Amino acid sequence: MTDVAIDAHDLTRTFGSFTAVDRITFDVRAGEVFGFLGANGAGKTTAIRMLTGLLTPSGGAAKVAGHDVYTESEAIKRTIGYMSQRFSLYEDLSPRENIRLYGGIYDLTLKQIRERSEQMLSRLGMGAAAGRPVRELPLGWRQKLALSVALLHRPAIVFLDEPTSGVDPVTRRQFWELIYETARGGTTVLVTTHYMDEAEYCDRISIMVAGRIGALGTPAELKQQFVVSSIDDLFVRLARPGSDPDAGAK
Amino acid sequence: MRSLLGLLRKEVQHIRRDPRTLAVVLMLPVVQVVLFGFAIRTDVDHVRLAIVDPAPDETTLAMRSRFTSAGVFEVKAVLQRLEDLEPLFQSGDIQEGVVFERDFAAKLRDGDAQMLIVTDGTEPNTASLLQAYAQSVVFAYQRESAGVGRSSPGGLAITAQVRTRFNPTRESSNLFVPGLMAFVLTIISSLMTAISLTREKETGTLEALLVSPLRPWSIIVGKVFPYLVIGFISAIAVIVEARLIFHVPMRGSLLLLLADALLFILASLSLGILVSARTSSQRVAMMGAALATMLPNILLSGFIFPVESMPLALRLLSNLIPGRWFVEIARGIMLKGVGLEYVWPQSVVLVVMSLVLLTAAARSFNARLE
Amino acid sequence: MRRILFLAQAEILHVVRDRATLAQALVVPIVQMLVLANAATFEIRNTPTWIVDLDRTATSRGLVNRIAASGHFEIIGTTASLEVADESMLAGDATLVLTIPHDFEASLVRTRHADVQLTLNAEKGSAAGIVQSYASSILASYAAEIGESAGLLREAGPTAAGLVSRISPGVQIVQHTRYNPTRNYKHYMVPGILVALVTLIGTLLTSQNIAREKELGTLEQLNVTPITRGQFIAGKLLPYWGIAMVELAIGLTVGVLVFGVPVRGSIVLLFGVAAVYLLVALGIGLFISTLVSTQQQAMFVTFFIVNIYLLMSGLFTPIDSMAPWVQTVSQVNPVRHFVTISRAILMKGAGVQEIGRPFAMLGVFAVVVLTVAVRQYRKRTA
Repeated sequence: MTDVAIDAHDLTRTFGSFTAVDRITFDVRAGEVFGFLGANGAGKTTAIRMLTGLLTPSGGAAKVAGHDVYTESEAIKRTIGYMSQRFSLYEDLSPRENIRLYGGIYDLTLKQIRERSEQMLSRLGMGAAAGRPVRELPLGWRQKLALSVALLHRPAIVFLDEPTSGVDPVTRRQFWELIYETARGGTTVLVTTHYMDEAEYCDRISIMVAGRIGALGTPAELKQQFVVSSIDDLFVRLARPGSDPDAGAK
Repeated sequence: MRSLLGLLRKEVQHIRRDPRTLAVVLMLPVVQVVLFGFAIRTDVDHVRLAIVDPAPDETTLAMRSRFTSAGVFEVKAVLQRLEDLEPLFQSGDIQEGVVFERDFAAKLRDGDAQMLIVTDGTEPNTASLLQAYAQSVVFAYQRESAGVGRSSPGGLAITAQVRTRFNPTRESSNLFVPGLMAFVLTIISSLMTAISLTREKETGTLEALLVSPLRPWSIIVGKVFPYLVIGFISAIAVIVEARLIFHVPMRGSLLLLLADALLFILASLSLGILVSARTSSQRVAMMGAALATMLPNILLSGFIFPVESMPLALRLLSNLIPGRWFVEIARGIMLKGVGLEYVWPQSVVLVVMSLVLLTAAARSFNARLE
Repeated sequence: MRRILFLAQAEILHVVRDRATLAQALVVPIVQMLVLANAATFEIRNTPTWIVDLDRTATSRGLVNRIAASGHFEIIGTTASLEVADESMLAGDATLVLTIPHDFEASLVRTRHADVQLTLNAEKGSAAGIVQSYASSILASYAAEIGESAGLLREAGPTAAGLVSRISPGVQIVQHTRYNPTRNYKHYMVPGILVALVTLIGTLLTSQNIAREKELGTLEQLNVTPITRGQFIAGKLLPYWGIAMVELAIGLTVGVLVFGVPVRGSIVLLFGVAAVYLLVALGIGLFISTLVSTQQQAMFVTFFIVNIYLLMSGLFTPIDSMAPWVQTVSQVNPVRHFVTISRAILMKGAGVQEIGRPFAMLGVFAVVVLTVAVRQYRKRTA
């Protein structure tokens, strides 16, 4: 596990004439909680999909866990976990069954699957719901389950795409507790969100605007640099038309 | 009225946005008619034959050459022993075997010769024809060598003058193609509406439609109409194919055929609507449509297998299939040249079917609103 | 690998939990087979026939009685008017009109020969040809019967070995029909119908599978795991393959018990071939699934292809009757090969050697289809 978990340089993705990700350059250090902020449609999900080996970049370079995203995408998949923006587990299966499936795919032994499954389900406080189809669970628990599956195989790096979207404040807090716990264990976490207040929870953040990175640094540094009292204000400033998106990029 | 037009426009847009499906819908009947027209036949005009001739002599050789020169037979193997026939039958290499006995010529002179004709009977219809062909070659040889005319010295003969009405050439394409038209149009129609409605159901827009000022009947009309047009275009394409490629005659009124085709497509679409009004999941609806239409239409519509030969229960069941009625109409108009005075019962059935099915669908919608 | 089993296990759960689909997959084929097998026959029964008897002699009436008693014909009317009979044909009511000329008996007595006219309604399709041959054979045996009773030297009639006809002096022909002496259409059609249904359902299920996951978004989560394409396809294939085999087993049992379908060859061989065949059929479904993006498209394409496969497989109408170019094309139709093999095994008792060629074709198809499906599936969008 190298010092730099994720390293992107001029990473670009176009769809026809539309540029979704426009030469972004940033790095994420091992063990960091990195906040990948931006409005909806700014290009966050596209960037993540390139880094997780779901989408081929149109240009630029990137390495995840030391592996090149162009040529070694399958190797990357062994070391990462992913929680997508859209709920992507099986609704007609129970939480337990979903965990078992992914445990098996990640080559965990039956014993490991059982242990971690029980551990996670009790940590999440699922109780009896663990045996009922996911379809019957409220949104908050679904998100928690998706997070568990992403972390199941103890990956070195985990990508979370809008994990707290549409979730109530209490659950949001619980999420961030889980994220911290994971990070304390040495896992690198890249989390995207459009809730700017969550920026404060991260070690470092970047803000994407229209495919470009408009700001990159620790929350404290950025607030000082841009002379704003909250990251929210910074975002509004950057997202305003006429403002220079490259103003704060390092 | 305006809201209906709006619905129609939306439906048309929806169709145009998925060109792949539209292409398949228009192409499918056309391609199928070509392929099936050449595939669905029951003529036997080429027989793979084996000859077992343990001791060839001039008579057996003479008879053998009659088989070869008959045009219908292809001699695939000449064998010495009867046992060698079996594996060839089993592998399907031959369909029929002609077996001579030893000293055939001598026995024939004594009036005591015997020939064995072995036929693959797995498909009984073909088997009859195979037997008849082989037999006629032998009889022809006999008559010529005995120098007699149609009757034989010792016995009586009653022969048949055969006249075939409505299809003098007896090519089976004439018989199957009109029925085939009904088949391909049925499949497409049921698919089209089953898809349309259920897709709406799953994305929730159906709910929006139902609570709109549009009454269930308007929704149904709005949904059916565009597909009726598409189906009608397919019908025209299919009729053109039948005429151009297969030379199926059009002895009756083309307009009447087209009008009835429209009725038929309406009935088929109605079935599709009812299926999708009843089912909740797209997957189930599509499977349902596929399963409900495929085999019953092939087997019960009279398109391949004659309805008359079916047991009573199935004959009754076949009445429920819109395709069965259109098959009769198409054959009647194209082959027999009959007019409305003969096909009005079938046409009325189609009208009644459409009304019944659509009413049932509308009622399903009403129930959903409660 | 284990991954395949885990995926297969999850797939089975999906299927089992979807009651409606499960019912369709297991119950519908059997039900349809039971009901529809009775429809698929070219046998002629109760052919509506008009008699126009212009002779009205004992001989002509004898012939009419013979026709009526044969079981194949149902006499719906007798008339002296050709127009009435013709009208009936036009209305689609009659399939056959037998016209006996006014000098029928006299001609037989004088010249030992007479003609009758058979007018067939070709609207009825292939029935017309069969009707003609039934009618002709009744004519022949009636001729023999009255010839014999008139003391003439003619022998004809059925014997134990088959139908024997003799034109004396001359050759005695013994007809021997292999494999289906009772001319039972169900034996011929039932296995075919079963194969058709299992193929249709199986291919529909697999083709909608991946498309469905694309629509739901669950495919992405799988794509981000290290699972390989081969493992993925195998995991998706296995459960449906199992279900289809079970369907076939149940269906065949029902076919044997209810319809008396013969099993003259090796069942083990049949299921061995079925195993390979299903790989092809389901593999094609999965391949379709990788190409399309919605379930609707999957359904359409599958329908298109399966439809064509079934009707060009020799299942309903014989391959030998197809136009030559179509016969050649059908060589790439896996259904054709499986139908041929299953009929060969069940009805003819064929063994491995006799079905070698089509079996090998199926094997090749299996390899090709599965390879293509795996290749076509992409875990990463370009």
